[in-house]
Amino acid sequence: MKKDFCRPESLTEKITHYCPGCGHGIIHRLIAEVVDELKIREKVIGVAPVGCAVLAYDYFNFDVTEAAHGRTPAVATGIKRALPDKVVFTYQGDGDLAAIGTAEIVHTANRGENLTVIFVNNAVYGMTGGQMAPTTILGQKTTTSPFGRDKKREGFPLKITEMLKTLDGVVFLSRESVHRPANIIKAKKALKKAFQNQIDEKGFSLVEILASCPTNWKLSPRESIAWMEKEMIKTFPLGIIKEG
Amino acid sequence: MNKKILMSGNEAIGEAAIQAGCRFYYGYPITPQNELTAYMARRMIEAGGTFIQAESELAAINMVFGTALTGGRAMTSSSSPGISLKQEGISYMAGAELPAVIINIMRGGPGLGNISGSQADYFQATRGGGHGDYRTIVLAPGTLQEAFNLTVEAFDLADKYRIPVVILGDGILAQMREPVSIKTRNQKPETRNKKDWVLTGCRGRKPRHICSLYLGEGNLERHNLKLQKIYQKISMDELRWQEVESEKAEYLVVAYGTVARAAREAVIDAREKGKAIGLFRPISLWPFPEEPLRKAARGLKKILTLELNAGQMLDDVRLAVGDKCPVEFAGKLGGAYFTPDEIYRLIERL
Repeated sequence: MKKDFCRPESLTEKITHYCPGCGHGIIHRLIAEVVDELKIREKVIGVAPVGCAVLAYDYFNFDVTEAAHGRTPAVATGIKRALPDKVVFTYQGDGDLAAIGTAEIVHTANRGENLTVIFVNNAVYGMTGGQMAPTTILGQKTTTSPFGRDKKREGFPLKITEMLKTLDGVVFLSRESVHRPANIIKAKKALKKAFQNQIDEKGFSLVEILASCPTNWKLSPRESIAWMEKEMIKTFPLGIIKEG
Repeated sequence: MNKKILMSGNEAIGEAAIQAGCRFYYGYPITPQNELTAYMARRMIEAGGTFIQAESELAAINMVFGTALTGGRAMTSSSSPGISLKQEGISYMAGAELPAVIINIMRGGPGLGNISGSQADYFQATRGGGHGDYRTIVLAPGTLQEAFNLTVEAFDLADKYRIPVVILGDGILAQMREPVSIKTRNQKPETRNKKDWVLTGCRGRKPRHICSLYLGEGNLERHNLKLQKIYQKISMDELRWQEVESEKAEYLVVAYGTVARAAREAVIDAREKGKAIGLFRPISLWPFPEEPLRKAARGLKKILTLELNAGQMLDDVRLAVGDKCPVEFAGKLGGAYFTPDEIYRLIERL
């Protein structure tokens, strides 16, 4: 009998440690499927971040390293410059990419490094227990914005992908989500494009993916999907932000 | 082929890296090491390598991290405040066992301090520097020829032990000019094929991971014990020091780097005038040549330690000689240097 749905070769058999309703598992799978389809498993090198996805190297069946918090694009730059014929990607959360690693992502993008960046935005610091992220939306309660994010007190959610649009070194930016099957299919398409761009030596590509964090949002997985649709996507509209 | 070229310390270190097969340099401007970054900006491109002026010292050291894990020989350089920033990456490299060469051209501190030469980072360099229980090899050249030679050697040591190696110089060493004999090595820039741990894509083998996170019970302790074993071996095998007129000496000056250079003149002068004095110059600051110093200190009346700080290597000197011999100290803090005459006067008073 022909199997239509199998584990991608690029995923290990290890069960992930992610919480029910978390987006990381889906995003890992999409990356693995794209790596398989592009037949680059043996030449891909991933850079995992600090955060819940730090253990990504347990789940990906290819070479992976891990970077200090926010330095992920700098580490990826060092790898790619040394091995320009390999396919290098970073996997970063919102704290990693849009707070502590703001300088690294801006300058890596501005140099037009031929890299693929996967930016998982769940509007909260997950692994450390639900602190306010640079992308926490207005009114959202976290352990460090217990009264809800107030623009006067905590400032605004950072739309860093839109900021990167102005940089000449950037060829592709897209914001996706994985909360509905239709969105998952779109997200995969964007990821494939971001990897293909690197293979074609076009330059810096970044896909932002909105993901749920039910544990730290204090919502059930089902409620998280509703919150994503009603609240988060309003602040972070989906779609291609830059292409060309 | 050997060529003798008049160059600055900064340039000598840069050329040494090229000769050692280093083809990746990541830097960020800071005085007094800017000539090294500028030298690499030109020379690295001529040699077909990669030069990036990074957005910060943090980014630069992490680019080194990235290249090192592919097996490429990588270097960064900075001066004291910038080295503080790099400590994050150095700690991660120590944890992940990645080889690299890091140049620290020390200037005065704390804070911005000033841009004159200093030895105020001895503690930071020899005690690991960043968070965690680790060491880096620290080599302190006294002349430009030695700066060249030790930089070449630093790349070999880094690869041999999978450890970051620090070249610890100061503003004077980096800025002065003297003839340097350039030994051309036929070092191939590509050394990565020999390394069985590097990430190059998993073609024909199982996937590899390079990380410094050890969450499982007992894993971190096992990892740290393994690192300590390596440090132990380095402490036995990689001691470097020089002694001048130390035989039949009653007094000994202990100094490193450019201070030892001024001290050598004073010591030779004092010897000629009949004072039974010698010089002990540690070249590897970590591992510190403890046992050799202990031996040299046997039967001495007094040791004089000289540093451009308030007394940092002094701790290691005292640990080495214990109560066998009294240890005096003189230091310059804040950018001033010892002249040979000053040292001579200090020797006279011993």
